[in-house]
Amino acid sequence: MLRAIADLDPHHGKVFLDDVECNDMRPGLWRRNIGLLPAESQWWHETVGEHFTNADTGLLNALGFNEDALGYQVVRLSSGERQRLALLRLLCNQPRTLLLDEPTASLDPENTIRVERLVKDYRSSSLASVIWVSHDPKQIERVSNRHLRMVKGKLVAQPIS
Amino acid sequence: MNIVTISVFDLSICAILVLLLAGLSFQLRLGVGKSILIAAARTVIQLMLIGLVLNAVFADAHGGWIALIALIMLLVAGREVMMRQHRRFKGLWGFGLGSLSMFVSTFSVTILVLVAVIGEDPWYSPQYAIPLLGMMFGNTMNGVALGMDRLTQMTWQNRLIVEARLMLGQNWREAASDIYRESIRAGLIPIINAMAVAGVVSLPGMMMGQILAGVSPMIAVNYQIIIMFMIAAGTGFGTIVAVTIGMRRLFDERERLRLDRVILAAK
Repeated sequence: MLRAIADLDPHHGKVFLDDVECNDMRPGLWRRNIGLLPAESQWWHETVGEHFTNADTGLLNALGFNEDALGYQVVRLSSGERQRLALLRLLCNQPRTLLLDEPTASLDPENTIRVERLVKDYRSSSLASVIWVSHDPKQIERVSNRHLRMVKGKLVAQPIS
Repeated sequence: MNIVTISVFDLSICAILVLLLAGLSFQLRLGVGKSILIAAARTVIQLMLIGLVLNAVFADAHGGWIALIALIMLLVAGREVMMRQHRRFKGLWGFGLGSLSMFVSTFSVTILVLVAVIGEDPWYSPQYAIPLLGMMFGNTMNGVALGMDRLTQMTWQNRLIVEARLMLGQNWREAASDIYRESIRAGLIPIINAMAVAGVVSLPGMMMGQILAGVSPMIAVNYQIIIMFMIAAGTGFGTIVAVTIGMRRLFDERERLRLDRVILAAK
């Protein structure tokens, strides 16, 4: 479903960002505004920095990196480091919504908290909406103010404790 | 200069060599003895038939006949390009894309050379048109097939990366730029290599044929250079057309990667 919202899969129904329908916006611009983070990050250049157009050092620090991280070889990163850097890469695009597919699945507790805090800060500073897919009930409690559960292919509203 | 004509007896001497090879294959249980005999028989039959056809066409240089032969060459080459794809486009695209790009590049380059360089009257004189078209198709076919095969294969292997780049807001050209360049390069490498070693490592068959037929080596060399350049241009433009249209076809109007438009060829 996240892929359909990001217009990566052909889909029925209409998706609006503010008042603009998906098909009325250039595909690239739409996807930059939507900001989908897949469960597994992909890298195609040799170093981390080549994947960034305008790297924000403040964001790097917030996730426990310094500027040297931009010179790292992608192949030498752990999957957790890649996942955090992929989130940074996405945030540097200044998306107006975030679709996060299990963004902390490969992270230790310390970095999980860092990511949760970073997303929260981004949400309040840029007024972005966030759709966060998670299998961890405690995490859902920490990060959400609305909780939808996928039951037999349908979304069902859940109470927030 | 005299040309040594070849008699049935002369052909038989060479045929005995092939029979000996087939016999030895049976003796050694190589499992290819039968294939050798069938392939040799096909060579004789196919070449005899094309000899008869060319004889008839040369006697009556009617444009319609030449167009028909060119069309058959195009269709066979188009089918061959499609058969060589590991992952091919579904429906008419599978056959049409390769044929269209070969049609555009082969015909434009060949007609240009026939009119501007050879300058025979009529320009479609079969003595020149048919051999040139044959050599062009044979080589353009290779380039287009290699380029398209690389395109669909690489896109399949790198589909997650292409989609990740789309997710970051890149357009389809950026997202697939590495694959695009790599595919065109794959189509062009054979002809670049052929030009680089021509005359040093390999003596091109056409040039040798002319020399055997008594043409002075310098004339044969000039022809060969023209042919090489024609092949390079035809292969290059054909591959670029095929890979460019193919790449676009892998994305839809919303710039989604659509690998469902490609199917795996049955083995």
